[in-house]
Amino acid sequence: MSNAIHLHYEVSGEDFTRAGEASGAVKKRLKSLGFNSDAIRRVAIAMYEAEINMVIHADGGYCDVDIYPDRIEILLADRGPGIADVDKAMQEGFSTAPDNVRNLGFGAGMGLPNIKKYTDEMKIETTLGVGTNLYLTVKVN
Amino acid sequence: MIVKDIINILEGEVICEGDLNQEIKTACGSDMMSDVLAFVKDQSVLLTGLVNPQVVRTAEMMDMACIVFVRGKDPDQSIISLAESRGITLMKTRYRMFTACGLLYSNGLSGGTKV
Repeated sequence: MSNAIHLHYEVSGEDFTRAGEASGAVKKRLKSLGFNSDAIRRVAIAMYEAEINMVIHADGGYCDVDIYPDRIEILLADRGPGIADVDKAMQEGFSTAPDNVRNLGFGAGMGLPNIKKYTDEMKIETTLGVGTNLYLTVKVN
Repeated sequence: MIVKDIINILEGEVICEGDLNQEIKTACGSDMMSDVLAFVKDQSVLLTGLVNPQVVRTAEMMDMACIVFVRGKDPDQSIISLAESRGITLMKTRYRMFTACGLLYSNGLSGGTKV
Protein backbone atom coordinates (compact mmCIF):
# COMPACT_ATOMS: atom_id res chain seq x y z
CA MET A 1 0.00 0.00 0.00
CA SER A 2 2.97 2.27 0.46
CA ASN A 3 3.26 2.83 -3.28
CA ALA A 4 -0.07 4.66 -3.49
CA ILE A 5 -0.13 8.23 -4.69
CA HIS A 6 -2.50 10.28 -2.57
CA LEU A 7 -4.29 13.38 -3.86
CA HIS A 8 -6.66 15.68 -1.98
CA TYR A 9 -9.01 18.31 -3.38
CA GLU A 10 -11.48 20.69 -1.81
CA VAL A 11 -14.68 21.13 -3.84
CA SER A 12 -16.25 24.57 -3.56
CA GLY A 13 -20.01 24.56 -3.28
CA GLU A 14 -20.38 28.18 -4.27
CA ASP A 15 -19.30 28.20 -7.86
CA PHE A 16 -20.95 25.77 -10.27
CA THR A 17 -18.62 26.84 -13.08
CA ARG A 18 -15.64 25.40 -11.15
CA ALA A 19 -17.24 21.97 -10.64
CA GLY A 20 -15.01 19.54 -12.48
CA GLU A 21 -11.69 21.09 -11.56
CA ALA A 22 -10.71 18.21 -9.28
CA SER A 23 -11.78 15.61 -11.87
CA GLY A 24 -9.83 17.39 -14.58
CA ALA A 25 -6.73 17.51 -12.39
CA VAL A 26 -6.98 13.80 -11.57
CA LYS A 27 -7.48 12.96 -15.24
CA LYS A 28 -4.33 14.89 -16.11
CA ARG A 29 -2.34 13.20 -13.35
CA LEU A 30 -3.45 9.70 -14.41
CA LYS A 31 -2.52 10.49 -17.99
CA SER A 32 0.97 11.58 -16.97
CA LEU A 33 1.33 8.36 -14.97
CA GLY A 34 0.61 6.36 -18.11
CA PHE A 35 -2.73 4.70 -17.21
CA ASN A 36 -4.82 3.41 -20.12
CA SER A 37 -7.38 5.78 -21.60
CA ASP A 38 -10.38 3.60 -20.71
CA ALA A 39 -9.53 3.61 -17.00
CA ILE A 40 -8.76 7.33 -17.06
CA ARG A 41 -12.07 8.15 -18.71
CA ARG A 42 -14.06 6.00 -16.27
CA VAL A 43 -12.41 7.73 -13.32
CA ALA A 44 -12.90 11.17 -14.87
CA ILE A 45 -16.60 10.70 -15.66
CA ALA A 46 -17.50 9.08 -12.32
CA MET A 47 -15.64 11.69 -10.36
CA TYR A 48 -17.03 14.56 -12.40
CA GLU A 49 -20.62 13.38 -11.87
CA ALA A 50 -19.93 13.08 -8.15
CA GLU A 51 -18.35 16.51 -8.05
CA ILE A 52 -21.39 18.00 -9.80
CA ASN A 53 -23.62 16.26 -7.24
CA MET A 54 -21.63 17.77 -4.38
CA VAL A 55 -22.05 21.26 -5.80
CA ILE A 56 -25.74 20.85 -6.66
CA HIS A 57 -26.91 19.11 -3.50
CA ALA A 58 -24.37 19.51 -0.74
CA ASP A 59 -22.63 22.88 -0.95
CA GLY A 60 -19.28 21.26 -1.73
CA GLY A 61 -16.99 18.94 0.20
CA TYR A 62 -13.70 17.19 -0.51
CA CYS A 63 -12.24 14.33 -2.57
CA ASP A 64 -9.45 11.97 -1.60
CA VAL A 65 -7.92 9.97 -4.41
CA ASP A 66 -5.53 7.03 -3.93
CA ILE A 67 -3.79 5.79 -7.03
CA TYR A 68 -2.46 2.22 -7.01
CA PRO A 69 -0.94 0.44 -10.00
CA ASP A 70 -4.02 -1.80 -10.37
CA ARG A 71 -6.83 0.45 -9.18
CA ILE A 72 -7.92 3.98 -8.31
CA GLU A 73 -9.87 4.56 -5.10
CA ILE A 74 -11.85 7.75 -4.61
CA LEU A 75 -13.71 9.11 -1.60
CA LEU A 76 -16.05 12.04 -2.11
CA ALA A 77 -17.29 13.39 1.21
CA ASP A 78 -19.77 16.17 1.88
CA ARG A 79 -21.70 17.62 4.80
CA GLY A 80 -24.87 18.08 2.80
CA PRO A 81 -28.42 17.03 3.64
CA GLY A 82 -27.83 13.31 3.00
CA ILE A 83 -29.81 11.11 0.61
CA ALA A 84 -33.29 10.25 1.90
CA ASP A 85 -33.84 7.20 -0.31
CA VAL A 86 -30.69 5.73 -1.87
CA ASP A 87 -32.62 3.14 -3.93
CA LYS A 88 -34.67 5.89 -5.52
CA ALA A 89 -31.59 8.03 -6.13
CA MET A 90 -30.06 5.09 -8.00
CA GLN A 91 -32.98 4.98 -10.46
CA GLU A 92 -32.31 6.53 -13.84
CA GLY A 93 -34.37 9.67 -14.26
CA PHE A 94 -35.04 10.29 -10.57
CA SER A 95 -33.75 13.69 -9.54
CA THR A 96 -34.26 16.18 -6.74
CA ALA A 97 -32.20 18.86 -8.48
CA PRO A 98 -33.82 22.30 -8.81
CA ASP A 99 -34.83 23.70 -12.22
CA ASN A 100 -31.90 26.12 -12.41
CA VAL A 101 -29.56 23.11 -12.42
CA ARG A 102 -31.46 21.59 -15.36
CA ASN A 103 -30.92 24.81 -17.26
CA LEU A 104 -27.19 24.22 -16.82
CA GLY A 105 -27.42 20.81 -18.49
CA PHE A 106 -27.58 18.61 -15.40
CA GLY A 107 -30.20 17.23 -13.04
CA ALA A 108 -31.52 14.54 -15.40
CA GLY A 109 -31.31 11.90 -12.71
CA MET A 110 -28.39 10.16 -14.39
CA GLY A 111 -25.65 11.03 -11.89
CA LEU A 112 -25.54 8.09 -9.47
CA PRO A 113 -26.59 5.45 -12.06
CA ASN A 114 -23.87 6.77 -14.31
CA ILE A 115 -21.27 6.65 -11.54
CA LYS A 116 -22.23 3.03 -10.87
CA LYS A 117 -21.95 2.20 -14.55
CA TYR A 118 -18.41 3.52 -14.89
CA THR A 119 -16.94 2.17 -11.64
CA ASP A 120 -16.18 -1.37 -10.45
CA GLU A 121 -17.20 -0.75 -6.86
CA MET A 122 -19.45 1.91 -5.37
CA LYS A 123 -20.52 2.36 -1.78
CA ILE A 124 -22.73 5.10 -0.35
CA GLU A 125 -22.74 6.01 3.33
CA THR A 126 -25.33 8.66 4.00
CA THR A 127 -26.99 10.12 7.08
CA LEU A 128 -29.79 12.65 6.86
CA GLY A 129 -28.67 16.03 8.13
CA VAL A 130 -25.05 14.91 8.44
CA GLY A 131 -23.73 14.21 4.97
CA THR A 132 -22.72 11.62 2.41
CA ASN A 133 -19.56 9.64 1.77
CA LEU A 134 -19.25 8.09 -1.66
CA TYR A 135 -16.55 5.44 -2.08
CA LEU A 136 -15.56 4.50 -5.63
CA THR A 137 -13.07 2.03 -7.06
CA VAL A 138 -12.02 1.78 -10.68
CA LYS A 139 -9.90 -1.24 -11.52
CA VAL A 140 -7.20 -0.92 -14.12
CA ASN A 141 -6.94 -3.70 -16.66
CA MET B 1 -13.40 13.73 -41.63
CA ILE B 2 -11.22 16.20 -39.74
CA VAL B 3 -12.14 19.30 -37.70
CA LYS B 4 -11.48 21.52 -40.74
CA ASP B 5 -14.16 19.64 -42.69
CA ILE B 6 -16.68 20.35 -39.96
CA ILE B 7 -15.86 24.06 -40.15
CA ASN B 8 -16.48 23.99 -43.91
CA ILE B 9 -19.69 21.95 -43.81
CA LEU B 10 -21.27 24.02 -41.02
CA GLU B 11 -19.81 27.31 -42.30
CA GLY B 12 -18.46 27.51 -38.78
CA GLU B 13 -16.70 30.40 -37.16
CA VAL B 14 -13.74 29.21 -35.08
CA ILE B 15 -13.68 30.79 -31.63
CA CYS B 16 -10.85 28.78 -30.12
CA GLU B 17 -8.46 26.79 -32.22
CA GLY B 18 -7.26 23.35 -31.14
CA ASP B 19 -5.88 20.77 -33.57
CA LEU B 20 -7.86 21.42 -36.75
CA ASN B 21 -6.39 18.32 -38.40
CA GLN B 22 -7.66 16.00 -35.66
CA GLU B 23 -9.61 13.09 -37.13
CA ILE B 24 -13.30 13.03 -36.24
CA LYS B 25 -15.07 9.70 -36.51
CA THR B 26 -18.39 10.27 -34.77
CA ALA B 27 -20.47 13.06 -33.24
CA CYS B 28 -23.28 13.66 -30.80
CA GLY B 29 -25.78 16.48 -30.31
CA SER B 30 -27.29 17.30 -26.92
CA ASP B 31 -28.13 20.17 -24.60
CA MET B 32 -28.17 17.83 -21.62
CA MET B 33 -24.66 17.18 -20.34
CA SER B 34 -25.93 14.43 -18.03
CA ASP B 35 -26.99 12.49 -21.11
CA VAL B 36 -23.71 13.11 -22.89
CA LEU B 37 -21.89 11.61 -19.90
CA ALA B 38 -24.32 8.70 -19.72
CA PHE B 39 -24.75 7.67 -23.34
CA VAL B 40 -21.85 8.94 -25.37
CA LYS B 41 -19.00 6.65 -26.29
CA ASP B 42 -15.94 7.71 -28.23
CA GLN B 43 -17.67 10.58 -29.98
CA SER B 44 -15.24 13.33 -30.74
CA VAL B 45 -17.53 16.25 -31.57
CA LEU B 46 -20.27 17.68 -29.38
CA LEU B 47 -22.95 19.86 -30.94
CA THR B 48 -24.91 21.81 -28.35
CA GLY B 49 -27.10 24.83 -27.75
CA LEU B 50 -26.01 24.99 -24.13
CA VAL B 51 -23.41 27.64 -23.41
CA ASN B 52 -21.59 27.33 -20.09
CA PRO B 53 -18.20 26.11 -18.83
CA GLN B 54 -19.60 22.67 -17.98
CA VAL B 55 -19.92 21.99 -21.71
CA VAL B 56 -16.14 22.24 -21.98
CA ARG B 57 -15.60 20.18 -18.83
CA THR B 58 -17.92 17.48 -20.16
CA ALA B 59 -16.02 17.40 -23.44
CA GLU B 60 -12.77 17.22 -21.49
CA MET B 61 -13.89 14.20 -19.47
CA MET B 62 -15.08 12.46 -22.67
CA ASP B 63 -11.84 13.18 -24.59
CA MET B 64 -13.70 15.21 -27.22
CA ALA B 65 -11.70 17.34 -29.62
CA CYS B 66 -14.30 19.85 -30.75
CA ILE B 67 -17.46 21.65 -29.57
CA VAL B 68 -19.93 23.24 -31.98
CA PHE B 69 -22.34 25.83 -30.60
CA VAL B 70 -25.47 25.79 -32.73
CA ARG B 71 -27.94 28.62 -33.42
CA GLY B 72 -25.05 31.10 -33.50
CA LYS B 73 -24.54 31.11 -29.77
CA ASP B 74 -21.51 32.92 -28.36
CA PRO B 75 -19.53 31.49 -25.46
CA ASP B 76 -18.12 33.96 -22.93
CA GLN B 77 -14.43 34.40 -22.07
CA SER B 78 -14.46 31.91 -19.18
CA ILE B 79 -15.62 29.19 -21.59
CA ILE B 80 -13.06 30.17 -24.22
CA SER B 81 -10.19 30.23 -21.69
CA LEU B 82 -11.14 26.80 -20.39
CA ALA B 83 -11.22 25.34 -23.91
CA GLU B 84 -7.88 26.96 -24.75
CA SER B 85 -6.23 25.39 -21.72
CA ARG B 86 -7.62 21.98 -22.70
CA GLY B 87 -6.72 22.22 -26.39
CA ILE B 88 -10.37 21.85 -27.46
CA THR B 89 -11.60 23.56 -30.63
CA LEU B 90 -14.68 25.77 -30.19
CA MET B 91 -16.77 26.97 -33.10
CA LYS B 92 -20.21 28.38 -33.67
CA THR B 93 -22.57 27.81 -36.56
CA ARG B 94 -25.70 29.73 -37.48
CA TYR B 95 -27.46 26.43 -38.26
CA ARG B 96 -29.93 25.04 -35.76
CA MET B 97 -29.27 21.75 -34.00
CA PHE B 98 -31.31 19.52 -36.33
CA THR B 99 -29.89 21.02 -39.48
CA ALA B 100 -26.30 21.08 -38.21
CA CYS B 101 -26.47 17.40 -37.23
CA GLY B 102 -28.17 16.57 -40.55
CA LEU B 103 -25.49 18.32 -42.58
CA LEU B 104 -22.71 16.41 -40.83
CA TYR B 105 -24.60 13.12 -41.10
CA SER B 106 -25.27 13.55 -44.79
CA ASN B 107 -21.56 14.23 -45.29
CA GLY B 108 -20.68 10.87 -43.80
CA LEU B 109 -20.30 11.52 -40.08
CA SER B 110 -22.26 9.03 -37.96
CA GLY B 111 -23.39 8.89 -34.37
CA GLY B 112 -21.23 5.85 -33.78
CA THR B 113 -24.10 3.72 -32.49
CA LYS B 114 -26.88 1.80 -34.24
CA VAL B 115 -29.69 3.30 -32.19
